[in-house]
Amino acid sequence: MNPTALFGAVDPGWAVALSPELASRAQFGWTISVHIIFASLSIGLAPFMVYFTYKDVRTDEERFARLRSFWVKVFAAGFVMGTVTGIPMSFQFGTNFPQFSEVAGELIGGPLAFEAKMAFFLEAALLGVLLYGRERVGDRTYVLSSALVGFGAWLSGFWILVVNAWMQTPRGYEMISRNGMEVARLTDPIAAFFTPRMTWMYVHMINASVISVALLVAGVSAYIVWKRRDAEAWNTALRLAVVILLVSAPLQAVHGDAYARHVEDTQPQKFAAMEGHYETGQADLHLFAIPTSPDAITDPRAENLFTVSLPNFGSFLASGGDFDAEVIGLNEYEENPPVALVFWSFRVMVGLGFLFIGLALWGGYLAFRGRLSDSDRYLRAMIAASPLGYAALLTGWYVTEIGRQPWVIQDELKTSEAVSSTLTGAEATLTLIGFVVVYVGLVATALYVLKWLIREELRTLGREPSTGDRWYGPLPGVSDDD
Amino acid sequence: MTESVIPVDAYLVASLPEVWFGVVMFALGMYLVLDGFDFGIGLLYATRNTEHERETLLSAFGPVWDANEVWLVAFGTMLLAAFPRVYSRLLADHYLLAIGFVLALLFRGLGPELREQRSDEQWKRYCDYSFIGGSFSAPLLFGTLAGRWVFDAATLSLPAVLTGVGLVAVSVVTGAAFLAAKGDPALASDLRPYGIGATLAYLGGVVALLTTVVLTDAGGAADTVRSLPAVAVVGSSAIAGAGGIALARRGAYRAWLASALALPALLTALIALLLYPTVYPPTGLTLRAAVVSPLALNLVTVLGLPVLLLVLGYFTYLYRVFSGPIDAEGYGS
Repeated sequence: MNPTALFGAVDPGWAVALSPELASRAQFGWTISVHIIFASLSIGLAPFMVYFTYKDVRTDEERFARLRSFWVKVFAAGFVMGTVTGIPMSFQFGTNFPQFSEVAGELIGGPLAFEAKMAFFLEAALLGVLLYGRERVGDRTYVLSSALVGFGAWLSGFWILVVNAWMQTPRGYEMISRNGMEVARLTDPIAAFFTPRMTWMYVHMINASVISVALLVAGVSAYIVWKRRDAEAWNTALRLAVVILLVSAPLQAVHGDAYARHVEDTQPQKFAAMEGHYETGQADLHLFAIPTSPDAITDPRAENLFTVSLPNFGSFLASGGDFDAEVIGLNEYEENPPVALVFWSFRVMVGLGFLFIGLALWGGYLAFRGRLSDSDRYLRAMIAASPLGYAALLTGWYVTEIGRQPWVIQDELKTSEAVSSTLTGAEATLTLIGFVVVYVGLVATALYVLKWLIREELRTLGREPSTGDRWYGPLPGVSDDD
Repeated sequence: MTESVIPVDAYLVASLPEVWFGVVMFALGMYLVLDGFDFGIGLLYATRNTEHERETLLSAFGPVWDANEVWLVAFGTMLLAAFPRVYSRLLADHYLLAIGFVLALLFRGLGPELREQRSDEQWKRYCDYSFIGGSFSAPLLFGTLAGRWVFDAATLSLPAVLTGVGLVAVSVVTGAAFLAAKGDPALASDLRPYGIGATLAYLGGVVALLTTVVLTDAGGAADTVRSLPAVAVVGSSAIAGAGGIALARRGAYRAWLASALALPALLTALIALLLYPTVYPPTGLTLRAAVVSPLALNLVTVLGLPVLLLVLGYFTYLYRVFSGPIDAEGYGS
């Protein structure tokens, strides 16, 4: 019996099924949101892990052994979660968006296969050595394994973003007819792999991953230091995270500004959605936007918002120096992305980005004065900020991906045309619910593992009078009795 | 620039599409062989009752399963890169099976990794359910999917179900042989009966499957099944299976492992024979009609195939590092 028939027969009666398109989009969006956290964890943690491994082998100091052991475990847990959530991603290109796979197969198949063969294998095989092989291989091989695992994570991100950048700014192909369907034929691999978007996206994503992990490392370190002031290893980790934030957070702002200009050049519709800009003409830059009515939340238009704006600065930024430059508005397009999601995601991302710069500078000042671990206020702020890197990273991706709608391949294939024609709403809704349930459990488990690792770390650090208060924030409450 | 290195209008060699069919099938074979014994470990895990034995099995599984699973990704992405329409139809036409399979893989992978995070009994029991359930469902669903693909059969039809059950059985064979070859004599003699029983079940399943196919001509495969290469593959499977049983009885576990691993490899060879040249029997799509254009295929050949050889190289290294006896404490941290 065909499962389609099985569920299709009872479709409207027993369940309120979403349309196949909406369910597929929600499912892909949800599964990629969870996957991207783990994927970027590998990317961002790689330099920390390599550094700690190298220092551990080189100096034989207890603090680096401790940090290496802790963060390799986090890396491994994240990698396993990344693997099990990553396989559904490439599968969904086929299960839910088969027309996309078929139209873009020549362009995306190569990079995805390179990702598996060049990067994924390398990480998976050598992570085994990193986790279980400390006693079985020599020091050099061990450090090399660590470096190669890190390299694998960055290379993996490279090939995945080759695919994504091609979807944003497709190049190096022509449309031909094959098996009665219009498909893209690869004509120039270099143009197709290094599309205009590629380097922008790669730098922004790698740096975002590093910032997110630096905040996570800082948060975990701050928490442990808050509990055990003399934990030497974690004072070291906190300082290192602050130093990395001091470089990466400002870099992201400067780079992001130039990146936005590039988006205006190549995807004006997305840029207009980011700014809630409807009428073609000069554009202001809205530094802050506060909705003055509920409607303004779901339909952000410049005129409905209380904004702190720099007149014509939108034009200035988009054009790179011309206050009178014309910026194309959303009214020019037949079909627009969900503007509210793009507009507010963009503001959350940018706002958080500036918050990170502030935290980095504050931490830099304290470290300079030698008071980093003495400031309760700073430690608490960093604990609270530890998940925020991922909030910025996800909202950034929502700008990129939702802002590209209605296109899956910009100006070439619409998302609605890519969805499987054989998929029923009931099937798609069923699997969507399945993924939501399973992935909520997965994320909860990941947080639980982190909590458990921290508790073990505190236990091995020994007892020391706590500063008193219990922490009720995003990190686990660990009492001293644990 | 690339044009001078990589031909644009002609395949590097005229038979490159056929070569790629072989490469994709090779990756599928690697997946069925390597993750097959992982599934087998998960299934045999259900028969182990003591904590010590269970941890011994997990120590054999831990360092290699993730890398083994990547062969699935390699298979899928190379299928997409070379034959995009086969990839998209295969997954879209078997939606629930495909999604069920990846979710089964998720439970299979997470169970063991999470198990060691806590010491309380209930937690461990849930992780064990996840591991065992995933290790059972994943080959069952993947095999059923393969059966539907190869024989153009419905999910609950005999060819699809037999392929699914057959993949479960062959996984038990390779899992038992893999663990037996690890060197613990007590464990080996404990697992031997399961391996032998599963071998007999597998061979019986293959005979039942092929008989069904010949009688019903499922997917138009009857002629291929009666052809000489297919008969040779099935005959070799019978020899490998029977030889494996004999070797297992004599306690020659490493040799048993070699003959056990031949079974999923031969199964893949049979699948390849059945899919050539009609790579997607449900729509009658042929290999030449499904393949991508010369430049795209030449590119993945030049950039991808050398890397695949490199991968095989460090897989050998990985298995050397973790070869030899296992113990419940693992390989040291």
